[in-house]
Amino acid sequence: MAAAPEPPPSDAARTPRASFRAGLRAGVPFAIVGFVLSLSFGVLAREVGFSAIGAIVMSAIVFAGSAQFAVVSILGGGGGVGAAVAAAALMNSRFLPMGVALAPSLPGRWPRRAAQGQTVVDSSWAMSNLGDGRFDRHFLFGATSVQYATWLGGTATGALGGAIIGDIDALGLDAVYPAFFLALLLAELRDRRALVAAVAGALIALLLVPFTPAGIPVLAASAAALIGLARRREAAS
Amino acid sequence: MSAELWGVVVACAVVTAVIKGAGPVAFGGRALPAWSVGVIGLTAPALLAALVVTSALSEDGRLAAGPQTAGVALAGIVLVRGGSVLTGVVVAVAVTAGLRALV
Repeated sequence: MAAAPEPPPSDAARTPRASFRAGLRAGVPFAIVGFVLSLSFGVLAREVGFSAIGAIVMSAIVFAGSAQFAVVSILGGGGGVGAAVAAAALMNSRFLPMGVALAPSLPGRWPRRAAQGQTVVDSSWAMSNLGDGRFDRHFLFGATSVQYATWLGGTATGALGGAIIGDIDALGLDAVYPAFFLALLLAELRDRRALVAAVAGALIALLLVPFTPAGIPVLAASAAALIGLARRREAAS
Repeated sequence: MSAELWGVVVACAVVTAVIKGAGPVAFGGRALPAWSVGVIGLTAPALLAALVVTSALSEDGRLAAGPQTAGVALAGIVLVRGGSVLTGVVVAVAVTAGLRALV
C-alpha cells in the first residue's frame, strides 16, 4: 500500500523531539487536505448563520471535522440546536475507543492525560499507532499540530472568502472527506485481520445507516475490532 | 451570530473535550490487559472503513450513491496503485466535480 502515510518507526530509542518532527512531516499531506475540508466548513457555516469569527472559534475549540460538518448539516436542514449538539457528540463518540486505546501510552496525572487526549484526531491517532498496543505520543502531537494550524487557516479562508469560492458541491469538495479517510484506511490494512475488521466495520455501518441517527453507525462499527479478541482466543486454544 | 449558535459552539467544545479526555482519564497510566492489544489494533481499520462508507454511500440517513461515490472509488484505485494522499483527494474531487458538471 504505497498510499500509506509514513508510519512511525517503532524504535523506542527515538527522542521525543525526533518523534514530534516525524509527526509534523507525516501530518503535512493530511494538513493540506484538512485545509480544503475546513475551507468547506467555513463556507457552509456562514450559509447557516455563523459569523466568520464564530466559524473560526468553532474550529479552534472543537477541532473535529465530522462533528462540525454534522452541526452545519443539521442546522442547514432546519434541525434544532439540541439535535445539532447531539449529532456532534455521536460523530465524536468514535474518539472514546480511540482514547481508551491511547490511554496506556499517556503518562502523568489525570488532568495531564486528559489534556494530551485532546490531541487525538483520526489521522494522527492512526499514524501514531505502533501496532503492538502502544502509541508514539510525541508523533501524535506533531502530526496534530500541523493539522490544527491548517484547520484554522482553512476555516478562516472559507468563512471570509466564501462568496468567491462558490458552491462547494459543484466543485466536488464534498469528496475530500471520504477520500481522506480512505487513504488513512488503506494505510491501516497491514494484514488479513485488519482487512476483515475493515470489511466488517463497513458492513455494520452500512446496515445501520437507514435505522439510526448519524454517528451511531460509525460508533457501532468499532465492535468489528472484537474480531481481534476471537482470533487471539483461537490462537491460544 | 445568535446567542443560540454560540451556545452550540460552546456545547460542542465541551462535549468533544469530555469525549476525548474520558479514555485517557479512565484508563491512563496503566497497561491494558494483553487480550485487548489485538482489539485495539483493529479499532482503526473498523472505524475508518465505517467513516468511508457512511460518507461516500449515504445521504440524509439513507443509502445513496452518486458522483461523489464514483470519485471516491476512483481515488481508491489511485491510492491502491501507489498514489499519494493528495493525488487521491485531487482525483476524488475532479471526478466528482466532472460528473456533476456532465449530469
